[in-house]
Amino acid sequence: MNSDQVEFRNVSFRYNDEQPWVLNNVSFSIKSDEWVAIIGHNGSGKSTIAKLINGLIFPDQGEIFVNGIKVTADTVWDVRKQVGMVFQNPDNQFVGTTVKDDVAFGLENRGVERSEMIKRINDSLAAVRMSDYIMHEPHRLSGGQKQRVAIAGVLAVQPNLIILDEATAMLDPKGRTEILTTVYDVKQNHQLNLITITHDLNEIIHADRVIVMNNGEVWTETSPRVLFTQEEGLREIGLDIPFVAKLANELSKQSITLTQQPINQKELLDELWTFHLNK
Amino acid sequence: MANSLIIGQYVPTDSLVHRLDPRTKIIIIFLFVIFIFFANNALSYGWLALFAVASAVATKIKLKFIARGLTPVWFLIIFTFILHLFVTREGPVLFEIIGFPIYSGAIIQGFAISLRFFLLILVTSLMTLTTTPIEITDAIESLLHPLKKIKFPVHELALMMSISLRFIPTLMQETEKISKAQASRGVDFKTGPIKDRIHAVVPLLVPLFVSAFKRAEELAMAMEARGYQGGEGRTKLRELTIAKLDWLAFLSFSCVLIGLFLLRQ
Ligand SMILES: Nc1ncnc2c1ncn2[C@@H]1O[C@H](COP(=O)(O)OP(=O)(O)O)[C@@H](O)[C@H]1O
Ligand SMILES: [Mg+2]
Repeated sequence: MNSDQVEFRNVSFRYNDEQPWVLNNVSFSIKSDEWVAIIGHNGSGKSTIAKLINGLIFPDQGEIFVNGIKVTADTVWDVRKQVGMVFQNPDNQFVGTTVKDDVAFGLENRGVERSEMIKRINDSLAAVRMSDYIMHEPHRLSGGQKQRVAIAGVLAVQPNLIILDEATAMLDPKGRTEILTTVYDVKQNHQLNLITITHDLNEIIHADRVIVMNNGEVWTETSPRVLFTQEEGLREIGLDIPFVAKLANELSKQSITLTQQPINQKELLDELWTFHLNK
Repeated sequence: MANSLIIGQYVPTDSLVHRLDPRTKIIIIFLFVIFIFFANNALSYGWLALFAVASAVATKIKLKFIARGLTPVWFLIIFTFILHLFVTREGPVLFEIIGFPIYSGAIIQGFAISLRFFLLILVTSLMTLTTTPIEITDAIESLLHPLKKIKFPVHELALMMSISLRFIPTLMQETEKISKAQASRGVDFKTGPIKDRIHAVVPLLVPLFVSAFKRAEELAMAMEARGYQGGEGRTKLRELTIAKLDWLAFLSFSCVLIGLFLLRQ
C-alpha cells in the first residue's frame, strides 16, 4: 500500500525539555531503491534523523514509517532488521576482536545459523574487498578499512536500507575515496535504499536526491545538479559547493551559458568543448 | 609499538597443545593445580615435573621464551625457598649459617614448596601462552553455562570480557597519543619526584576517561543499531568442539594422575 521506504510525517524532536527543538516539523519521504543524501551544517539534526529512522530515539511529535511499519518501541526490532547503520567513528562501532567476528555480530544477534553465517561473512567481505583481512584485529586496520568492515557487517544482515552517518568524516582522503567507491559499488550491485549523511557536498554527486537540513528544518529537497546552482543560499547556511559547480556558476555570471549544470569534472569539460564548438 | 600491543602473552605455533579445546586445557590445569598437593615424595614430584616439562616442550614454544615469561616469579620462588630454610625445624641439623641452624627437613621442605610453586606457575602460563584471550573467554562462557540456571549473567560477562579485549589495544594507542600530546605541552612523566610524576598522570587520565566514556556510549548505540538484544536467541560464530585430540589429552592426564597415586607414599 505504501511504496515509500521511509516517511517522516511532521516529525519534531528534542533531546530534553529544556532544549530547543532539534528537529522542527520535518516531513519527507524516500522511495524504494532510491539513494538520498542528507546534508547540513554541524548540529543541523542529520544524525538525529538517522537515529529516529532506526528507533534509537522516538519522535516527540509526528510519525515515522519505515517500509510501511510505524516506528515505535514495539516495532523497533522489526525496523532494525531492515535498517543498517554505519556511524562516524570507525573504532567505536567495531565490536569483534577480529574482522570475521565483527561482521558476525549482527548475524549472531539475529540468530542466523552458523553455516549461513560463514557464507554471508565471506560474501559481504568480498563485496567491500576486505576478504584478505578476515582474521585481522581492528588495531591492525586503517580507518577506511574499519569502515569497510562496518559496511560489510551491515550488508551481511541484508537490510533494505543502509544509512551512512558521516561515515567518511574521520578518514583521510584515501580512506574517504575507498568508502565512496565501496558505497557506489554496493549500491550498483544490491537492491537497496541508501541514505548518506554528510556535510561535504563533494559526496552527494551520485545521489538521486538531496535533502538539505538547516537548524532542524528541511531547507530544500532537490537533485544534486539543481542544488549546485544555489551557491549563495547554501553559503548562507554554511555549506560550500564543489569547485566544478563554482566554476560553472562563475561562467554563467560571465554569460557563458552551459546547457546543464555540470556535476563532475568530465561533464564540465564536455560542456566547455561543446560550448566552444557551437560558438 | 605493535609489540607493546600484544595482549597477554599468546605465542602462536602449530603445536597440538594449541589445537586443544580451551576448555580441555582449563580443566586439566585446574585438576593439576589441585592434585599437585597430593605429591609428597621425590618420585611423585618428579613425575608431575616431568608432565609439566613435557607439556611445555609439546607447545613448541622456545623454552627460553617460556623461562623469560617466568622471570618475575623467580624471585618469589627463591624467596620461598630461603624462608623455609630458616623457618622449618625438622630432622637433624646439617650446618649453621651465621648462627642459624639449618635443618635437613628445611632443605627438603623448601625444595618441595618452591618446586610446587614453580610447577603451578609454569603450567598456568602454558595456558595463556597457547590460548588466545578470546578462546579463554569462550571457554569460560561455556564452562560457566550451567550457572545460567541461577541467573548468573554468563553471556554478559563473556561479552564484557571480549569487548575489553577488543578495546585494550585501542585505549593503549590512545594513551600513547595523549601522553605524547601532553609531553609536547611540557608535562614530564619520566623525571622528578614521585609526587610530581603522579601529578603529571592526571592530565593523562582525564582525557582518557572522557574518551573511554564517549566510546562506550557510541559503542552501545552501534550495538543496539546492529540488533543486539542480549543473549536470548543469539547464535555463535565461534564454536568450541571437543575432538579426539581432547579425549586423548584427558586420557593421558588420567594416566598422569594414576601414576601420581602409585608413586606417592
Ligand atoms: N545525545 C544528545 N543529547 C543532547 N543533545 C544532543 C544529543 N545529540 C545531539 N544533540 C544536539 O542536537 C542537535 C543536532 O545534533 P545532530 O543531529 O547530531 O546534528 P548533526 O548530525 O547534523 O551534526 C545539536 O545541537 C546537538 O548538540
Ligand atoms: Mg552527526
